[in-house]
Amino acid sequence: MRPLILFFLLCSSSVFSQSVESVKLVDLQKIIQATGDRILVINFWATWCAPCIKEIPYFEKLNAEDKNAEVVLVSMDYDLDPNTDKVNRFVTRKKIKSRVLVLNESDPNSWIDKIDKRWSGALPATLVVNSKTGKRELTQGELGEGELEKLIAKVKNQ
Amino acid sequence: MKTTFLMMLFALLWAGSPVKEGYEIGDTAADFKLKNVDGKMVSLADFKDAKGFIVVFDCNTCPYSKAYNERIIALNKKYASLGFPVIAINPNDPTQSRGDSFDEMVKVAKKKGYDFPYLVDESQSVAKSFGATNTPHAFVLTKELKVAYIGAIDDSARKPQEATKHYVEDAVNALLTGKPVTTTKVKAIGCGIKWKNA
Repeated sequence: MRPLILFFLLCSSSVFSQSVESVKLVDLQKIIQATGDRILVINFWATWCAPCIKEIPYFEKLNAEDKNAEVVLVSMDYDLDPNTDKVNRFVTRKKIKSRVLVLNESDPNSWIDKIDKRWSGALPATLVVNSKTGKRELTQGELGEGELEKLIAKVKNQ
Repeated sequence: MKTTFLMMLFALLWAGSPVKEGYEIGDTAADFKLKNVDGKMVSLADFKDAKGFIVVFDCNTCPYSKAYNERIIALNKKYASLGFPVIAINPNDPTQSRGDSFDEMVKVAKKKGYDFPYLVDESQSVAKSFGATNTPHAFVLTKELKVAYIGAIDDSARKPQEATKHYVEDAVNALLTGKPVTTTKVKAIGCGIKWKNA
């Protein structure tokens, strides 16, 4: 009996380790504002957003290949569905390796400008920040081949 | 002489700054002529008795458009007779979003019993001149086509009954009673308009 319980516990804990982090705006702002020696790439997406899902491989590739880049995928699913199960399942099914956060905040009008004044709130959107110089670029809409690299090059330039 | 020089300098600087796309509050919107789901062309000028307009950039496929669909229908039911009809415009590129093709628009309008125009902005030029970014994205215009409100319909996409602020209704009510619109711009999470690839 006991090994069986242990087995279930292990199973549930391994499922749990896949779960995404639920954060508040202040946590996200800390990530954006932290100074360091890397390029921060924040992608705003949602499980319901087809163009977002199409561009995720670009971020996964960057996350796997560029040690200098910190990739964070911030899910905006909460606004339509506060239950994070769907995001968890998506991340597990797609075997996403990048860090995934769910922004757990209501009333988007009160915080969209605090992330970036240029952002309309439309998905997808990608914010690239040089954590050393603070230089940032925001792009709205689906990224094409090579566009992410161009954004990174832009924030690297003095 | 000095002032002339300064004015010229300003003019130069002004000309050098990039042209900002999209209307700001107080701008006068340009009228348009777009094809409705019934095949007829529609302009704002056709609405001789209108006191203003609720222009909503919308589509068939976006989950936010679906979440707000009944609320958009209700806006027209409430305000068309008061002189503020809803004018829905779909700007999405159907090659990127097949469910937003003209044929699909016709089906949705029929199924949902739209009693307001549902226009196709095939060239996307109307969405661009308005500066629309999301679906749904509402613009409340006065009779003279002055932009009085830009943004979300209310503050609860998920559940209409949980909305505490009804931005579009408040703007229209203010215009109907000759009062200033208090909240003029509200951002919201939504589906980005599917722009054609340049």
